Amino acid sequence: MAKLRIRVDQDKCQGHARCKSLAPELFELDEYGNAHEVGDGTVPAGLEDKAWLAQTNCPEIAIEVTEE
Amino acid sequence: MSDSPSASYLPEHPKVTDWVHDFDHTDPVWTDDPFPIWETLRAASPVVHTERFLGCYMPTTYQAVKEIAYDTEHFSSRRVIVRDVRPDITARAPPITSDPPEHKPAKQVLLPPFTPDAMKRLEPRVRAICNELIDEFIADGRCDAAACYTKHIPVRAIAHMLGIPEKDGDLFIKWIHQILELGIKNDEELMNGVREMTGYFMAHLEQRKLAPGDDLISQLLRAKGPGGQALTDEHVLGSLRLLLIAGIDTTWSAIGSSLWHLARTPADRERLVAEPALIPTAIEEFLRAYAPVTMAREVMKETTISGCPVKAGNMVLLSFPAANRDPAMFPDADKVVIDRKENRHAAFGLGIHRCVGSNLARMEMQVAIEEWLKRIPDFRLDPAGKVTWSEGTVRGPRQLPVLFGKNA
Repeated sequence: MAKLRIRVDQDKCQGHARCKSLAPELFELDEYGNAHEVGDGTVPAGLEDKAWLAQTNCPEIAIEVTEE
Repeated sequence: MSDSPSASYLPEHPKVTDWVHDFDHTDPVWTDDPFPIWETLRAASPVVHTERFLGCYMPTTYQAVKEIAYDTEHFSSRRVIVRDVRPDITARAPPITSDPPEHKPAKQVLLPPFTPDAMKRLEPRVRAICNELIDEFIADGRCDAAACYTKHIPVRAIAHMLGIPEKDGDLFIKWIHQILELGIKNDEELMNGVREMTGYFMAHLEQRKLAPGDDLISQLLRAKGPGGQALTDEHVLGSLRLLLIAGIDTTWSAIGSSLWHLARTPADRERLVAEPALIPTAIEEFLRAYAPVTMAREVMKETTISGCPVKAGNMVLLSFPAANRDPAMFPDADKVVIDRKENRHAAFGLGIHRCVGSNLARMEMQVAIEEWLKRIPDFRLDPAGKVTWSEGTVRGPRQLPVLFGKNA
């Protein structure tokens, strides 16, 4: 499987926190509850499905998943 | 529908015969079962219009709802309820009634107390509240789940957050009924509700200034605005008004609709009892299919939405619930699929006005359903009773008679 990288677009994120609930290993929330990718956004092997799940449940379409 | 004695003198709206050109979200047919109406409206146009409410549009597709929610230039949030009248704006409730640039700083002060982590700290108390409520009726084998369970959970949770006696919740329920249901057609009821609520909170504000605590009222009094200055009393009162109006019958409705669905869908009930880990996913689906909250906007400048012209001076009924039923966005939109994997539902809104209490609502829903299913895994609607639904802006069961235990 290709290596995935995620990024949360800070202009789009409104803090629904769906990603944090679906993929807590990949996202963290700041003090306002807005989401950020953990580290540099590299998705560890085995968590690819969770990355896509978070992406497809974000109401603001704020999560980008790229294949490297 | 209303259980208030004053409801008898409300002016009646003419019965709707042409939904596409004369829709009315307070019509009893809509209140009872809005879903086929939305389907009719969506088939007619992405945006429909009614002359009622002094002129009002309704976007019917997910796309049109989204366009309006994201467009704060043409659509103002200064009025967030579609009503018969449009009196001068006096009682603001920032940030829900704020537009940019005032919106962001007003919202920033409210966000930290409502993060998922903050809700985790509140969760044990909510779990206890649910069990205290169930203790009251479980031996009876029957209850009105709306009156005895779903109604009290958000009221007590918010009272707990505000550091206010949980028993004062009955007052909250009365004000909300006056403002959100009776107030659509009766200005006097609305003003009475707002006035009483303001007086009540003003007393708590004065008290917290003398003896601050860790509660949310004290936190708001300590919070700093964008220029580093403290919030005015009026701002704090407005935000408290918002928490009460937005945080109670909404979640009460969402929990109620979830239980209503489970009472009449044994397969889903049995699956959640057997697989409690699926409950968070099911909650998202209940939020999609039975989204309780319809918001409003006021058109400030003429524009076009999904190809439809929209004129200034009209209101907009911003129906997130109808967006959530759009088959162009959700396959099998009219089916409740409790393990739906892709679910970008808009129950908490889209764009900058995303519900500030969404993490609270989700936690309350999850805990309320978990605790109910643990203790009452088998239940059904009481065939001798009647389920009734709230009218207007927030939709959920207001009477929900169910049988269980010895009557199951």
